[in-house]
Amino acid sequence: MPVDASAPVAVNEDAGAFLQMRGINKSYGGVHALSDVDFGCRLGSIHAVLGENGAGKSTLIKIIAGVVQPDTGEMELDGQPRRFTNPLEANAAGVVCIFQELSLMPDLSVADNIGITDPPRTRLGLIDERAQRRRAEELLARVGCDDIDPRERVRNLPLSRRQMVEIAKALGRKPRLLILDEATSALTSSDVEKVYAILRQLRDEGLALLYISHRMHEIEALADTCSVFRNGRHIETFAKGAHTDEEIVQLLIGRDLQNVYPPKPVRTEPPKPVLEVRNLTWPPVLKDISFTVGRGEIVGLGGLDGQGQRELLLALFGVLRGVSGNILVEGTPARIGSPAGAKSSRLRIALIPEDRKTEGLMLPMGVGENISMAALPMLTRGLVIDRSAEAEKIREAVARMRIKVDDLEAPVATLSGGNQQKVVIAKWLLTGARILLLNDPTRGIDVGTKQELYQLLRELADADTSILFYTTDYDELIGSCDRVLIVYDGEIVRELEGDDLTETNIVSSSLNLPVEQAAKAASA
Amino acid sequence: MKTIRLYLSQNAGLLLAIGMFAVIYLTYVSMHPHYGMNVVTQNINETLALIFVSMAQTVPVLVGGLDLSVGPLMTLVNCFGSVVMAGTGGSIALGIIAALALGAAGGFFNGCIVVYGRIQPIIATLATGAIYIGLALFLRPTPGGNVNGDFSWAFTNDINELGLTYGWFDDAGIFGVIPIQFIILLLIIVVVWIPFRRSTLGRGCYAIGSAEGAAYMSGVRVNRSKLAAFTLGGFFAGCAGVYLTMQMGSGNADAPQAAEYTLRSIAAVVIGGTSLFGGTGGVIGTIFGAMVLRSISFIFRVVPEDSAFGFVASPLLQPLFEGIILLLAVSLGAARVFRVRNRLSLFT
Repeated sequence: MPVDASAPVAVNEDAGAFLQMRGINKSYGGVHALSDVDFGCRLGSIHAVLGENGAGKSTLIKIIAGVVQPDTGEMELDGQPRRFTNPLEANAAGVVCIFQELSLMPDLSVADNIGITDPPRTRLGLIDERAQRRRAEELLARVGCDDIDPRERVRNLPLSRRQMVEIAKALGRKPRLLILDEATSALTSSDVEKVYAILRQLRDEGLALLYISHRMHEIEALADTCSVFRNGRHIETFAKGAHTDEEIVQLLIGRDLQNVYPPKPVRTEPPKPVLEVRNLTWPPVLKDISFTVGRGEIVGLGGLDGQGQRELLLALFGVLRGVSGNILVEGTPARIGSPAGAKSSRLRIALIPEDRKTEGLMLPMGVGENISMAALPMLTRGLVIDRSAEAEKIREAVARMRIKVDDLEAPVATLSGGNQQKVVIAKWLLTGARILLLNDPTRGIDVGTKQELYQLLRELADADTSILFYTTDYDELIGSCDRVLIVYDGEIVRELEGDDLTETNIVSSSLNLPVEQAAKAASA
Repeated sequence: MKTIRLYLSQNAGLLLAIGMFAVIYLTYVSMHPHYGMNVVTQNINETLALIFVSMAQTVPVLVGGLDLSVGPLMTLVNCFGSVVMAGTGGSIALGIIAALALGAAGGFFNGCIVVYGRIQPIIATLATGAIYIGLALFLRPTPGGNVNGDFSWAFTNDINELGLTYGWFDDAGIFGVIPIQFIILLLIIVVVWIPFRRSTLGRGCYAIGSAEGAAYMSGVRVNRSKLAAFTLGGFFAGCAGVYLTMQMGSGNADAPQAAEYTLRSIAAVVIGGTSLFGGTGGVIGTIFGAMVLRSISFIFRVVPEDSAFGFVASPLLQPLFEGIILLLAVSLGAARVFRVRNRLSLFT
């Protein structure tokens, strides 16, 4: 399998390229998001960009759209060297982006959103509300959404309708290069058909379209050309049909260095269930989810980003309101109404949150204070905190987690990312949790700390902690989990364990490809 | 039908404020022993400066920040106005323009600090507010100034008085009893607020308050809109200062009064249906919010002392009851919390 951009490519990108990028590099801190990327796309073509989570696709389009600046490299648009310093400049040059995170203003009306940068004006230079509404109606009709009232506030629309508004808004800017980043992820199937028809029509009108999607069948239905990205590198660009699905999956996975994982225990019989979830539903994100986690078991949550894994963890931690279904802890029905209730001595659930800077740490507070934060009820005598017991616990936690810190009073913000993550984990270990929920805990931390974390998870599991581990890194799922549940569109679509737990199977299941195809790919 | 439903749902805050005002003011009217147009004129005289200050607060709140300098800026413009509005005829007009320009400049200065200094509005304006009070004290160490009395009288009464004072006309008929303050307020809404609301800058302010990241990604000129918001706020504070000058005929660098106005302006904004998170609302609601606040105080003046509720009229209890009513009023707008499904979203 070719591993660098100098490998033979099936499409000559320079021929009539509308967008041409050369030697693009971009790093965030020490992490290379893009390394030496050459990339181009042509007018009158739909160009799919494929890659796993963290492959660099989002960074690529952010650079094209002027949201971030590359560290090095050049970009040409229509033969002119260009470098956009903000989205406005990119818009002016005909580059329009539909981002994964919607760029709509929820408190403004649909018409206001569609006309936000360049509304029609009256002779006095004021916004012509009537003309603006008419234009919004035309654009909405063009995307087949006549049912949306342009005066409605975006906040009141369901997610799928918002996405259609987003598409209408993009069309209103008269793009020459239209970039769609997961633009169909929340659409209903009838809307998806409409969007396909529009995109094909736009292609025939001579636009260049860049299409980013995780859904394999969408790429088959739409793309003329595909580019695969992996670990920040442009791996290969080829015409549709040049590779089979299985070959594409192999390209996406590549051959990465394996991380070192501790050995998994061999079980003769299934462990006693500790956490049982039955028919958990939180419309519209979570749909009828049932599973169990046994004592001392590490169960992985897999699948593409944003399929409801985060919401599932939040539901188990009492953050969401309006959750239906049953949660049983050690066989007893549990009502979890808040994080404070979830961590109580009755349930002893802990959640390592996704974003340590906003949900994990009190950044300006000291390292020690952060570590003891969740365990304070246990360290309180009467009304006051037992300072010596607290200090003792903090020292133990720091030693156990090998947190590199000189001064426990220093703000936790001064620590490195990996050490910060250790503080978050230490905080929850002090509560003596028996069920540990992890929400993508290795994002943005270095390899060494990752390995320590895998080791720790296995130690905790061996000491009878039950662990539910969501990660976007497939390698981690395979290396550290006893079982993996694949979530797709708010449902658990497959459970993988033992020899079935392979990268190919995870990728195929995550794309919700049919089972026989997954089996074929596994044997290939 | 759809149109009505949309209008109701999108203007719930405004309609609530109008409803509250109607209830409270009608209670006041029904209890007033000698209600008439002269009482209306007196009421609006006591309310207009607060209305302007509250309008000044609304615009920064729409983009998502509190402005603590609106009261002090009003005081500064008042003191400055008492100097430049002392002449007659054309020189008064020039003085008013200069005073309004000073207000706008103060707001622009706030905006520059927020936008280019990247300082949170609440703290930036706490500092600039102190500066404005300081400048006001420099201009008027003691209360004073001598604004033309005719002018002062003419613009704080009804249309007939305006005509009589300057000998323009004797009786304007049915329109003659309309207080001139209504005309001033209406003029500023029509000439300043509505065009701003319908300009790209104004739209940008709502977009920023609603979702700043999305606004930036949509190519909204974020800095420009923020500067405009603070400048317009300053202009409205200037209107308050100019009106105060006309009403009192003098300037007074009264720091406690300035602070009182600032705090009341925030309450008026909230009662008027503008979210403190930004993005929804507008000055029309705020005007009613300010009127609600003032009407609450009016009521205490007319409660008959010998009635069953006479005890509330006690000056010692008045702040307590005012506070309770205010709490009820702002609570009505906070019902959104009951609909939140992901509790994490309460904190963002």
